[in-house]
Amino acid sequence: MTVLEVSRYRPGIDAEPVFQRYEVPDNDDWAVLDGLNYVKDSVDGTLSFRWSCRMGICGSCGMTVNGEPRLTCGTFLADYDGVVRVEPLHGFPVIRDLVVDIEPFLEKLSSVSPWLIRSGEDPASEFAQTPAQLEAYKQYSMCINCMLCYSACPVYVLDPDFLGPAAIALAQRYNLDSRDEGDRFDVLSTDEGVWGCTFVGECTSACPKHVDPAEAIQRYKLTAAVRSVLPWVRL
Amino acid sequence: MTTKAKRRTPEPYLWLLFSGGGVIAALVLPVLVLIFGVLAPLGIGDPAFPSWTRWILLIVVFLCLAHAAHRIRFTLAETLRLPHRLLAPVAYGLALAGTVVAVIALV
Repeated sequence: MTVLEVSRYRPGIDAEPVFQRYEVPDNDDWAVLDGLNYVKDSVDGTLSFRWSCRMGICGSCGMTVNGEPRLTCGTFLADYDGVVRVEPLHGFPVIRDLVVDIEPFLEKLSSVSPWLIRSGEDPASEFAQTPAQLEAYKQYSMCINCMLCYSACPVYVLDPDFLGPAAIALAQRYNLDSRDEGDRFDVLSTDEGVWGCTFVGECTSACPKHVDPAEAIQRYKLTAAVRSVLPWVRL
Repeated sequence: MTTKAKRRTPEPYLWLLFSGGGVIAALVLPVLVLIFGVLAPLGIGDPAFPSWTRWILLIVVFLCLAHAAHRIRFTLAETLRLPHRLLAPVAYGLALAGTVVAVIALV
């Protein structure tokens, strides 16, 4: 048997989060999420957590496993010795048990205008892109909004107003798209935008989809710095 | 997000100094230490440097101090939780003071 030590917080019952231990059967192919689902289905139906796809695509099941921000569907129990501690993502307000409040994150995402901004008439036909033009932003489009990068980021944990890795990488996904004509400078070049980042790099280490948000932020720092000194230049 | 996020910021200019200082420190400083710290005292090479060398050295000193000030400012802000409005004048002020000392020594 593997022991899961799960953080429980039940508003109205617990004054603060407490740990509760559950025993789950040993299965080499069980991810942490499978263990949690076993608990939910067979041991304690009151345990709350988010999950959906079980294959690293939906970004719902991010939690803190033995202190590290992880997708629990891609983190296997067999890779751990002893007790496996599961907590909600650090840096976010906890709603219940392992469920965190994602509203502030969603506000940050929408603040960078994450869509193709065009001026003028609607296009009569589709926009063709070369493979190189696709490659320019494709990496940043792989984000699944799992928020592991925010949980790993010491700047975000210290300052919840920091725009954060995923939102800035998402802004770069559109900035670097040849079809986009938008300007996100006023949102990104702020103390709470790219200038809040001190390039710790933990966001990139934590990212399960290899988006490399730290690179996205450093690239926009250069863009914003050049534009600040030479306002007529568009990079 | 709060409305204060929209205000103008001096950070791009400070970051350019930090970034430039980092490049200079990585590329030029080891060479300068070799020339002025080892070779010149040993009498190796031509000690008659052209007069404009001092201006190059001043730029190198200023950028390296600006780089150090920026790094120290953010390190202290995040470890000791001190406010930037207190740290920034002290850190960049010390970098400027160091540059003034370099001007007095070199010019």
